[in-house]
Amino acid sequence: MSAVIEEHHDHHDHKPSGIGRWLFSTNHKDIGTMYLWFSFIMFFVGGAMALVIRAELFQPGLQLVEPEFFNQMTTLHGLIMVFGVIMPGFVGLANWMVPMMIGAPDMALPRMNNWSFWLLPGAFGMLIASLIMSLMGMGSAPNFGWTFYAPLSTTYGPASTDYFIFSVHLMGISSIMGAINIIATIMNMRAPGMSYMKMPIFVWTWFITAYLLIAVMPVLAGVVTMMLMDRNFGTSFFNAAGGGDPVLFQHVFWFFGHPEVYIMILPAFGVVSQIVPTFARKKIFGYSSMVYATASIAFLSFIVWAHHMFTTGMPVAGELFFMYATMLIAIPTGVKVFNWVSTMWRGSMTFETPMLFAIGFIFLFTIGGFTGLMMCIAPADFQYHDTYFIVAHFHYVLATGAAFSIMAAVYFWIPKWTGNMYDEKLGKLHFWLTAIGGNILFFPMHFVGLAGMPRRIPDYSLQFAEFNAMATVGAFIFGFSQLIFLYNVIKTIRGGEKATDQVWEGADGLEWTLPSPAPFHSFTTPPTVK
Amino acid sequence: MDTAITCAIPQLYNATDGEVRAEEDNKVTSHPNNIEGVNKNSTSRVITRLMFVVVGMFGFGFAMVPLYDVFCDITGINGKTGDKVTLAENMQVDTSRVIEVEFIASLNDSMPWEFKPMQHSIKVHPGEPARISYVAVNRTDKAIVGQAVPSVAPGRAAEYFQKTECFCFTEQKLEPGEEKEMPVIFVVDPQLPDDVTQLALSYTFFIKPSGASNSTASLANNSNQEI
Repeated sequence: MSAVIEEHHDHHDHKPSGIGRWLFSTNHKDIGTMYLWFSFIMFFVGGAMALVIRAELFQPGLQLVEPEFFNQMTTLHGLIMVFGVIMPGFVGLANWMVPMMIGAPDMALPRMNNWSFWLLPGAFGMLIASLIMSLMGMGSAPNFGWTFYAPLSTTYGPASTDYFIFSVHLMGISSIMGAINIIATIMNMRAPGMSYMKMPIFVWTWFITAYLLIAVMPVLAGVVTMMLMDRNFGTSFFNAAGGGDPVLFQHVFWFFGHPEVYIMILPAFGVVSQIVPTFARKKIFGYSSMVYATASIAFLSFIVWAHHMFTTGMPVAGELFFMYATMLIAIPTGVKVFNWVSTMWRGSMTFETPMLFAIGFIFLFTIGGFTGLMMCIAPADFQYHDTYFIVAHFHYVLATGAAFSIMAAVYFWIPKWTGNMYDEKLGKLHFWLTAIGGNILFFPMHFVGLAGMPRRIPDYSLQFAEFNAMATVGAFIFGFSQLIFLYNVIKTIRGGEKATDQVWEGADGLEWTLPSPAPFHSFTTPPTVK
Repeated sequence: MDTAITCAIPQLYNATDGEVRAEEDNKVTSHPNNIEGVNKNSTSRVITRLMFVVVGMFGFGFAMVPLYDVFCDITGINGKTGDKVTLAENMQVDTSRVIEVEFIASLNDSMPWEFKPMQHSIKVHPGEPARISYVAVNRTDKAIVGQAVPSVAPGRAAEYFQKTECFCFTEQKLEPGEEKEMPVIFVVDPQLPDDVTQLALSYTFFIKPSGASNSTASLANNSNQEI
């Protein structure tokens, strides 16, 4: 990406050269680019792990990997996809787009921005190092699932758990700094005239997401600190022998974990809220209801955590409270889906790749939302708990939800980033293969889950064989079609049809008033928003 | 314009976070719409406030530990029974009701003792003190300290089950080959809800790693070896 920008804008865009440009960067665009590439690389790493899992599950019985290694794959796949792909992906988009959307010259805290990015390679280097050591026969990598329940991760955790704990601490610090930066930027650096209620929805969703991050990442840091102390310093937070309680772990973890899932989906809502109006060539329907819906989802996310724990033996009153509170989330989420559909209603729609991904998101995320409603019914959840139904649900909202929206965002904004149009044919091919492959992959999981196939187990009963074989075929289609995406991105960076400043006919917003590619320093003079 | 940007911007961006110095401020803020100038102070204010939230939430994570215990105590969920109580003198014996109390003994995976109640169950009137015993045997060749953790089912009855004497109040040490009878004196509160006719009292014995209270290093070693 850098080469192209330099070539065309060297004469008025002075920027550092060589590796130092990236190591010491304080430029929001360069840091955004690094976040996005980091997320992309991790996407392939985590995806390769998913393919190991699916290949093992192609047939019943044990074929390819030992159960112990299978456990490490499910654990690291989850951790990498959540903390290494979705979150950095959205932070990268925020870095690139938030200053440009609000007319700011850069992020409020450019040096901290550099630090929050460069903590990530260290964090994931450490996590992946534990896997490399496991492959070299030096003990197991983390193998307790991405939720790292105690006592699996405390009493029974492998030695590498301490690597994992430190890695989570680093990721947490990185996210907290990123969130503080985004809040400070949005609160203080908006262009004159851009009141809060004139901010683009993407900025709004990130603003609220950043608050969620600040509220819950410290709790995650707290829970891994307790684990660390239980493991190494003789405390008994989660050990019944010393007066602790393993169920407490689940409460603290999910107090972080539930807002975390909204951290991963709210920016996706923001992306889709930018793309749908552009390609429907209408203003977004119900702007303020979108903002209030986002805020309500964020609030509700703090009071529903125990719906992950219906089977831990909660009193009935607790189950009912968490069940009803969870159902409430369907209302603001429904408002959002309604607004997107209404934005498209009677719009002059065209279906370029970003729009295809956005519509795919709305459709498939809603399926994931509906299965979420099924699971929030406490008595029914006893059947769904810890089965592949859960796996199907959260992959619909995270893979065909959050990941789809990141892909949509990349196609949507890459002409602004690089100055070149991407290959539309390849983009459409990528979309259709991903959408079809994704559904072949995740839809059968609903059926085997309802029939009782447990998650995180490398073997299964014979009656689940057909659907699992289907899912594996879908997984390979889904996985390998991402190579088209990679090829398309590289091809766009290297050249292609020149993009106009506005890029899309229906595009509206400050970022589209900048030249394509966006100059290294933009909005050094603040624009005025009417 | 070119030089203005190339000079002003790198300095601006390379200044320490939020500490844009005044002269650089002026270059940028000479624009009619001054964003940077206003923001210097408000940015550090925002950061300070947010850092308080971060520290506060980190503390809240730890505060959940005692909060969780208090919550379980109040609601009696988890079957957690209360600590030692002195028997209220004026507790009326309710002879119209008979409660069957069953006794369960279990051992944590790593605990090598034998442990069982001396009677399967007894019938008591609410308000009437009862004395029963458990027995534990250490058949290994080393002394082991154990801690019993009690639990009462159904959970909502836990707060009505009161122990005046229990081996679970203290650690128990058994020498190699020692057998020990351990009494429990309890009374069922007459306030026990009417629909509860049966209670189960269960104890789980956990091994107490030797020297746990004074040496963290040995604990780490022990927990690796024994648990």
